[in-house]
Amino acid sequence: MGCVVLLFATPAFAQATLAQVKARGHLVCGVSGGVAGFSIPDSQGQWRGLDVDFCRALAAAIFDDPAKVRFIPQSSAARFTALQSGEIDVLSRNTTWTLSRDTAAMNFPVITFYDGQGFLVRKALNVASVKQLDRATICLQQGTTTELNLADWFRTRGLTYQVVTFANSEQTLGAYESGRCDAYSTDKSSLYGERLKTAHPDEHVILDEAISKEPFAPGVRQGDDPWRDLVAWTHYAMIDAEEAGISQANVEEMRRSALSPDVKRILGLEGKYGEGLGLTTDWAYRIVRHVGNYGDSFERNVGAGTPLKIPRGLNALWNQGGLQYGPPIR
Amino acid sequence: MTEPRRAIGLRAVALQTLLVLAVAVLVYGAATNAAQKLAKQGIVAGFGFLSRNAGFDISQRLIPYAAATSTYLDAFLVGLFNTLLAAALGIVLATLIGFAVGIARLSPNLLARGLASAYVEAIRNVPLLLQLLVWYVAVRVALPPAEAPASLGGAAFVSQRGLVLPRPDFSGAAWLVPLAFLAGIVAVGMVRRRARIAAETGRPPVRVWLPGLVLVLLLPGLAWIGLGLAGHPVALHWPARGPYDVEGGLPILPEFAALVMGLSTYTAAFIAEIVRAGLSSVARGQGEAASALGLSRGQALRLVVIPQALRAIVPPLTSQYLNVTKNSSLAVLIGYPDLVHVFMGTVLNQTNQAVEVVAITMAVYLALSLATAFLMNLYNRRVTMVER
Ligand SMILES: N[C@@H](CCC(=O)N[C@@H](CS)C(=O)NCC(=O)O)C(=O)O
Repeated sequence: MGCVVLLFATPAFAQATLAQVKARGHLVCGVSGGVAGFSIPDSQGQWRGLDVDFCRALAAAIFDDPAKVRFIPQSSAARFTALQSGEIDVLSRNTTWTLSRDTAAMNFPVITFYDGQGFLVRKALNVASVKQLDRATICLQQGTTTELNLADWFRTRGLTYQVVTFANSEQTLGAYESGRCDAYSTDKSSLYGERLKTAHPDEHVILDEAISKEPFAPGVRQGDDPWRDLVAWTHYAMIDAEEAGISQANVEEMRRSALSPDVKRILGLEGKYGEGLGLTTDWAYRIVRHVGNYGDSFERNVGAGTPLKIPRGLNALWNQGGLQYGPPIR
Repeated sequence: MTEPRRAIGLRAVALQTLLVLAVAVLVYGAATNAAQKLAKQGIVAGFGFLSRNAGFDISQRLIPYAAATSTYLDAFLVGLFNTLLAAALGIVLATLIGFAVGIARLSPNLLARGLASAYVEAIRNVPLLLQLLVWYVAVRVALPPAEAPASLGGAAFVSQRGLVLPRPDFSGAAWLVPLAFLAGIVAVGMVRRRARIAAETGRPPVRVWLPGLVLVLLLPGLAWIGLGLAGHPVALHWPARGPYDVEGGLPILPEFAALVMGLSTYTAAFIAEIVRAGLSSVARGQGEAASALGLSRGQALRLVVIPQALRAIVPPLTSQYLNVTKNSSLAVLIGYPDLVHVFMGTVLNQTNQAVEVVAITMAVYLALSLATAFLMNLYNRRVTMVER
């Protein structure tokens, strides 16, 4: 039980997280138990997904080895306690950044994925918009922003609904699929994978609308600024690399022939920018070499070439119509 | 001889004092450690969060509750009442089934005996969690889908979304009906007392069960009819089909039904064994003597054997009742909004007051257990005083 850990764990974070991670020899990363494309074990038991890649990128930056991560699945309800108790170093788990979580529970160094709350419904219902779900029964997962958004959205429109909440996505999907609910509501990005998990994916559709803003951010404990910086800049390195045209495929070549000072700084050929983060100068090069830039990770895990086919949308780079914008590495 | 005994006594006292001190130091250390760590992470400790707006909906509410206006304290109460309802119903049903099966296990009828022991063996050896899932998933699949609920005479509907009954509206003058029901229960208590006095003083026996049942059903029935005649009929809200679901009546959710069925059938198997052991502990001659006096098997059981067996039955029965309450927290796995689901699941997560929420939840379960044990001990004292 999280609480017991919270009470009796040695005061682990008297020490800075980075020093602890280095001393331990691996990163401990909290992920979700099975959201396809974000964090899910593959047939070989290897964790895969965007959220998983983020922790691999951290491990690459720190250890030059993306395998030095231990993944611990966290339910929506247990995730914050796990972070506070010191069970995990970082929470990388489709977690929405909200003010109350930021002030009461943790810090959110950077937004890694822009999303919104959506609905999965049976095609046979002929529902085209969320409004038509007035008086419907909706399944969702407890301890999420989903439950709060849903209550607000229906109430402000004078609509009603019946809710059934479960503790994990497996139970929620099971209940939806067996007919307990008319709709399954959660972050749209999760619904892509949930739909594919049903027995007949083409009998279900994800409604176009999103009823909320769900900016996903990794979580770290409050009061550890260097660790917070490292987590934020790991994401920025992936974004800046993509913007500078450095990918996993061309990173070696770029490193050999780089001329632009931007690229040189990212790849650690100029300046000692990694040191400010407590890392080596080639920290960002390590990330791109082992994990790739943001676009590489996106395409590999959720992009057009995957069964999920999530459009880049808001998660495109800022200069391509999206919101992903990395401050300069300099 | 007195010398060493006193030494042992002293040592025991010293050891126990040390133990208590050690526990106190540990608790104090843990508490201050937790407080420091929480403060360091900027987490405000305290119970102030309970008065903040909850903002989320709950599927089953026995008290008024709305996401927009209710507080976390209200959410806590909703969860608590849901736990109490499931546990109370589970205890009643488990007792009825358990006694029936336990008695059947000693029946001279081979079939009854075989069925009863098959039940006990099958149920006791499968984890409760699995049984809950069977009740929730398998039973639901066997029911008609939500689009085509089975209508029970147009008055009630059953589907994969549960059972919807007509809902009597006990507001206004109609509160007389539940009041009459309570009066019925009190009256049964009085009849029972008279029966006991009659038995103790050797006066002709007073029947309890039939008059009791009549009182409990007849009084509210009369109140219902009386209100109708007086021009204040009890309003009934009839369920009707809506665009998605049956609406408007009194819904019995599948999560609730599955939890109560799972808890009661599971616990009943253990109670059956307790009852069987209790009945077997009564000397055989008692039953034989009773039938020699011309009592039927049923009468012998009810009047002679069970009252003596209760002495052996009640103490282990108490621990089964405690188990029902504690096991009801498995509700979280089938989506029933009990205390653990609502409070430890949602409220803890939305407020991030882990220590407070866990402490309150533990205190509630402790209080429920102590209250159950207390009531059962009272009953036990009465049972053990029966001399025959
Ligand atoms: N973004 C929302 C919801 C996140 C969430 O928990 N989503 C569920 C629904 S798919 C999930 O990830 N479940 C995976 C699991 O239980 O392991 C939040 O931060 O509250």
